Amino acid sequence: MYAQMVDTGQSRLAGLAELSPEERAFQSRIDADVKIEPRDDMPEAYRRTLIRQIQQHAHSEVVGMLPEGNWITRAPSLQRKATLMAKVQDEAGHGLYLYCAAETLGVSRDRMIEDLHAGKVRYSSIFNYPTLTWADIGTIGWLVDGAAIMNQIPLCRCSFGPYARAMIRVCKEESFHQRQGFDILMTLCRGTAAQKAMAQDALDRWWWPSLMMFGPPDAESVHSAQSARWKIKLLSNDELRQRFVDQTVPQADYLGLTMPDPELRWNDARGHYDFGEIDWQEFHEVLKGHGPCNHDRMATRIKAWEDGAWVREAALAHAAKRAARQREAA
Amino acid sequence: MSTGTEWPLWEVFIRSQHGLAHKHVGSLHAPDAAMAIRNARDVYTRRNEGVSIWVARSADLHASSPDERDALFDPAGDKVYRHPTFFPMPDEVKHL
Ligand SMILES: [Fe+2]
Ligand SMILES: [Fe+2]
Repeated sequence: MYAQMVDTGQSRLAGLAELSPEERAFQSRIDADVKIEPRDDMPEAYRRTLIRQIQQHAHSEVVGMLPEGNWITRAPSLQRKATLMAKVQDEAGHGLYLYCAAETLGVSRDRMIEDLHAGKVRYSSIFNYPTLTWADIGTIGWLVDGAAIMNQIPLCRCSFGPYARAMIRVCKEESFHQRQGFDILMTLCRGTAAQKAMAQDALDRWWWPSLMMFGPPDAESVHSAQSARWKIKLLSNDELRQRFVDQTVPQADYLGLTMPDPELRWNDARGHYDFGEIDWQEFHEVLKGHGPCNHDRMATRIKAWEDGAWVREAALAHAAKRAARQREAA
Repeated sequence: MSTGTEWPLWEVFIRSQHGLAHKHVGSLHAPDAAMAIRNARDVYTRRNEGVSIWVARSADLHASSPDERDALFDPAGDKVYRHPTFFPMPDEVKHL
């Protein structure tokens, strides 16, 4: 998801009897659905895992602005342009809410940004794919934001108060993102044959990467089990992915588009859609930095940060000067 | 890569249109109070969430400690007579 394969620092899931009295007290608070707040006692591993998870999530929101930002100047109408700007601005806001939530755990904003730029912390694999046509902007809103919503709604109930509160704000804003994307695709699919073909081409390229967003099956993952016990992961990757497929296939049918998966079919016995094998090799390559746009995305982020350095310094100097002048006048 | 000097952190409080009190909504970084208010406008009121913004330096906020939770809040726990429901009223008595 926006935070994929978060490392919990654990090599195996400890039995309840192995926990220290403090850890057991902490676990019983989690089990009783007590929200953990920044100044409460918490195991160091819980704190570190959350910093990693929230930080990955924040970086994904921020890097996620880049593929869409590419199309602001090329939007086909003034209304589409205003809508896309509002959507991208929301994503900046999501990044900020999340950075603030991570900061309550004792990590500085600059440190997180340095870690992203140094390649020490990931962002979602999905933002390493290119946006080749206007139909990609529709498809991102529909599929990528759709997948994000699926993941973020359960996180509104996660055990860490500031993260849960940030998710509630994010979810309120997110549904407009998905709808504006679907609206773009409806327009294209009702348009000329060329426009419809453009929509189909975008779906062909984005469908599988969207399914990869949920991460590999986590049945055997120690980290997933630990995160589930801490209630910072509420549903498994496969559960979320299945829900996403079930909800999205009928929407594609409505658009008259075909999912690029010959094995996709309704399974009456399961009450779910069956779908084909995901290319996890591709997913791992993208995470390792070998996706089509990894290099581009990081270069753009680092340039923005470095080009903005003088503004950050000047604003601080200006504030200091003004404060000094006020003190003199007093 | 970094300047080594982060903008200070501010806590943001928004009063919505419905005549309620200012409510904490989150925090942000800004060089001074004026910029904190402008940034808060952009980050926290993009959909008419508020008609008034307060900002305070996070460093200036003082909070009760989780360790004294019991000492501070337990005393209110056994004073049920502070609530109207403690006093049963006969059904025939109205408006009370
Ligand atoms: Fe977002
Ligand atoms: Fe979004």
